[in-house]
Amino acid sequence: MDGMRELFIAGLATLFLAPSAEALGASPAVQIRGDAYAPRTLTIGVGQSVTFTNDDDDAHTVTAVDGTFDSKGLDTNDVWHHTFTRAGRYAYFCELHPFMKGTIVVTEATR
Amino acid sequence: MKRVSFLEHVAWTGAGIAYSVSAGGLLTGRAVAGDATAATEFVQISDSHIGFHQAANPDVAGTLRMAVDAINAMPSQPSFVVHTGDITHLSTPQQFDDARAILSQLRAPLIALPGEHDVLGNDFALYLSNFRMTGSAPGGWASWESKAVHYIALLNVFSFEKMGLLGAEQLDWLRRDLAALPASRPVVVFTHVPLYALFAQWGWTTEDGTKALAMLQRFERVTILNGHIHQVVTHEEGNIRFASAAATAYPQPKPGAAPKPGPVTLPRDQLLHAIGYRTVEIDDRDVRTEDHPLA
Repeated sequence: MDGMRELFIAGLATLFLAPSAEALGASPAVQIRGDAYAPRTLTIGVGQSVTFTNDDDDAHTVTAVDGTFDSKGLDTNDVWHHTFTRAGRYAYFCELHPFMKGTIVVTEATR
Repeated sequence: MKRVSFLEHVAWTGAGIAYSVSAGGLLTGRAVAGDATAATEFVQISDSHIGFHQAANPDVAGTLRMAVDAINAMPSQPSFVVHTGDITHLSTPQQFDDARAILSQLRAPLIALPGEHDVLGNDFALYLSNFRMTGSAPGGWASWESKAVHYIALLNVFSFEKMGLLGAEQLDWLRRDLAALPASRPVVVFTHVPLYALFAQWGWTTEDGTKALAMLQRFERVTILNGHIHQVVTHEEGNIRFASAAATAYPQPKPGAAPKPGPVTLPRDQLLHAIGYRTVEIDDRDVRTEDHPLA
């Protein structure tokens, strides 16, 4: 039992202490959960790829307001990547739940 | 305009949705009006979400088959069965194939409208190639007359940031379609998304729905049947009666009763009480709906 508890605590520590993917220089990510994009606004550098993961119990999409990208339907646990090659502010929404909105800010600076 | 509480027939429990009990069994929605007994004229099914495979219903194909079997077992077959959209979950060719395989077993003719899940990417091609309605306009919407009732199937999933949108072209078509009809002609309208603001916060509304409703106001008897919200909800505005249908896949929370819309997971027996099909009777005086759970 003690061993299991230690494992559990170690797991918790990993959850709370793990540095963000961005801080590690890994691919920036957006999580979809509870009918929301998290983070709602994500800033990246030109040329970076964003990983969108649907961790929700419902299907969603990542659809650009200006039509420049569209994930199509993302089922639960589906992952979709998109690389942003031009600086700018990209607003997106979910076609199935249009009240869900997010923004990717792409800066000239390479991150 | 008269606004009737649309929640009066749906009770909410901590465990999930439970429909009010009436003489006809669980999930029996209020008859839209009257109490005469006429034969079922048509049947409505909705929101089958073929391809969905989460806990709320791991076998959406099985529950759609249950609905099809129940309809096929009706002693007097309906003139048609209308599916009010979200036939598939993610608009894939396989999901359309699977849905068509099940729905083609219906003995009565099928009329199927798309939901937003059937046109992901704002792409209507797969829906149209699988389920285009007979005699439909190029945009996919249609109208027809049967037994002195005027039927209209409107497509309001031209979404793109505005869930529930008819668009100017379809509204123009509707104006022309209704122009020659006498006000006494009963009109039955099918849509996927509610045509009125049932719960706009969750996208349960049609952006330009009031324009269509304005054209329908002059008719003495208008019945608008939709899907999308996976639960029986009725509403009235003047001579227009609305009735949202239960899904064949899974229920959703009643408006505002949860942080978000989406699948509600219930024990299997309760699930079968919360999904089903709707029979509609029409006589000289009225249009009546009755909702039938799968168990």
